[in-house]
Amino acid sequence: MYKILLNRLEQGCRTTKYPARPIELYSRFRGLPVINRQCDLEVVRRCADGCPQDAVLVEERRIDLGRCIFCGACARVEDGAFVRFSQDFAMGAASREDLMTDGSLPALATHSKRHFKRLFGRSLQLRQVSAGGCNACEADTNVLNTPFFDLSRFGIDFVASPRHADGIHVTGPITRNMTTALLDTYAAVPSPKVVIASGSCAISGGPFHGSGEIVGDLATLLPVDLYIPGCPPHPLTTLSALLAYFKD
Amino acid sequence: MDNLLRIANGEAIPRSRIPRLDFGRFLRTVTDLVRCNGYVVQFFAYEETERTILLAVLRTSDLFVVETEVDHEFPSLTLMGGSKFNLFEREIAEQYGIRPAGHPWLKMVRYHANQTGRPDVFGNDYRIDIPGSYDYFRVEGEAIHEVGVGPVHAGIIEPGHFRFQCAGETVLHLEIQLGYQHRGIERMLTEVAHKRVPVLCEAIAGDTAIGHSLCCAQAIEALAGIEVEIGARTVRTIALELERIANHIGDLGALSGDVAFNPPAAYFGRIRGEFLNLLLTLCGNRFGKGLVRPGGVTQPMTGEQRAIIFAKLSELRPEIEHVCDLLFSAHTVLARFEYTGTVSRKVADQLGLVGYCGRASGLEYDVREFFPSERYADLPGNTNRLTTGDVLSRATVRREEIMHSLDLIDILLSEPEQPHQAATMAERRLAPDRFVVTLNEGWRGEVSHCLLTDSGGKVIRHKVKDPSFHNWTGLAMALRNQEISDFPLCNKSFNLSYCGFDL
Repeated sequence: MYKILLNRLEQGCRTTKYPARPIELYSRFRGLPVINRQCDLEVVRRCADGCPQDAVLVEERRIDLGRCIFCGACARVEDGAFVRFSQDFAMGAASREDLMTDGSLPALATHSKRHFKRLFGRSLQLRQVSAGGCNACEADTNVLNTPFFDLSRFGIDFVASPRHADGIHVTGPITRNMTTALLDTYAAVPSPKVVIASGSCAISGGPFHGSGEIVGDLATLLPVDLYIPGCPPHPLTTLSALLAYFKD
Repeated sequence: MDNLLRIANGEAIPRSRIPRLDFGRFLRTVTDLVRCNGYVVQFFAYEETERTILLAVLRTSDLFVVETEVDHEFPSLTLMGGSKFNLFEREIAEQYGIRPAGHPWLKMVRYHANQTGRPDVFGNDYRIDIPGSYDYFRVEGEAIHEVGVGPVHAGIIEPGHFRFQCAGETVLHLEIQLGYQHRGIERMLTEVAHKRVPVLCEAIAGDTAIGHSLCCAQAIEALAGIEVEIGARTVRTIALELERIANHIGDLGALSGDVAFNPPAAYFGRIRGEFLNLLLTLCGNRFGKGLVRPGGVTQPMTGEQRAIIFAKLSELRPEIEHVCDLLFSAHTVLARFEYTGTVSRKVADQLGLVGYCGRASGLEYDVREFFPSERYADLPGNTNRLTTGDVLSRATVRREEIMHSLDLIDILLSEPEQPHQAATMAERRLAPDRFVVTLNEGWRGEVSHCLLTDSGGKVIRHKVKDPSFHNWTGLAMALRNQEISDFPLCNKSFNLSYCGFDL
């Protein structure tokens, strides 16, 4: 008991004040890209050549955040002449097209499915489905339950049964061997329900794009309402997207 | 031993030097070594000019390689040499459609069609996309009941299926069927552009992104003849240790949560995040993705990052010591940890367990000491006090490794700064007809990659082995005669990778 109290005193309260107060991430963190729209196409092409994800849309001078894994290879071309990465972690989007960014994203809070805010704004229960992938997305989703983020204070919880859920949060490139299990889980969630595609794998196949063993794009199987890019998405990217989409 | 070629970790050798024995001699050589304190590091098939070759990398205190040619069937090494070959042989059967005749338990590993077009060894119909639709081993009897769990589990975790045969609360047998996360990684690694290879390796198992990308980078560096600066090696060593600490701390917290002792679960959950943030400090990603590339690291560590890491470790070290003390001195915790999920040294040795699972059962194997890469030859090793093979010893080994890893990082940060350049991603010309195997002590244990090039320098086989491949069977054995309610605790004490296994 004595040790519990001592540790409690040493640990104190560590929960972040976000979103009431802004939170800064270290300068090496790669969030929303800052794109030079006037960049010489030759430089953009070199960025595309070096991109392991084919996420650079050369002619449009855009980056597809649904494919991007934020490795930073493009930012090292010509010292960031085409793209640099900001520390802005708020990158959720309500449509796949929005993710093809020129450096800006539409305000997520003003998405078209307003009824979700009314239905789930005060209480959102999600069933997480890991459909392949590398488990980094799952790990950084789990982190939201630690005292630092304390997701429950927003009325958002991850639940065990799809019957108790308002929607599914899908990670991974949807392997062939998980397709039926994923669809069964979705079917078991009562309507109306939301579908969240989290991480580049669920959005585009991520590092596994092109593999014959995966579906690669959740939207070909289910109607996706919310996209959360990243490899994996930073916990704050997930948190900010959930808050903007369901509460703001 | 004359039939085996002794090799070094991360050294590329001409493939012509690998002894190719006729099958009989191969079988005797390999099984003899494994019976005399030898272990299997890699055992896989590859194809060249219409022929199928089996290649084995074995270890004692040295590393050895040997190969043999086989047809569509060969006498099982598992039958002759024991369980250490079990999964490797089933994997060979699944990937290449060749049958290890007489294998005592020939079932699929990841549930996918083989890549050669030969008839399926297991008679599976892969149009049904459920690996678990399979006739499990069954215990018969009126008092026996069966419990099936997964693939979708109750928490935020990876998919897999567990089938328990129970008499009352007691588990008689646990069968684990994975493969739900099979993404076809090994095949992709030889087919995709070079620039995608490190990214794919980082996604084999996200919690071991450094371990796998390090194995991959070292192999390519050996094949392309690239020297890595000492400063970059220091960063890679620090990153591997940060990965280890983050995972061990997270698991100690989760173990505490599994026995309903919440304070350490909350504190360690938060402290784990601090270590992930230190990886982010190094490279911008909490899992260290994008850091390690052939040639070094993408972002050099400067005085700024060194100062941040040093200050953070100084702050966290006493907190970790105090929370560990809280966890390991709580009677309620010890009562649940002790004598639960015991794997005896004998069983651990028979299965060839690696990492903390092996060390907790008394197998003193640590790649960092046996086959040191990066900066490990300059660093002190670790010893474990408690090797009883139960949950408590696996937790204690983790506790000891956290403190040891903190020391290692302190030692490396106390060295004068070693300026180094950022590694650039360029098309590398790889040496033709070469073989290389790399091993690193990832946080779960021995991670290993094996690459073979053809006469044009193209990689024809990139074999990946996650330590979980050795250890899942250990979890099944740990559950024998345990209460089924202790499964979460046993499972967390192993904390194996589903995706690292599934590839």
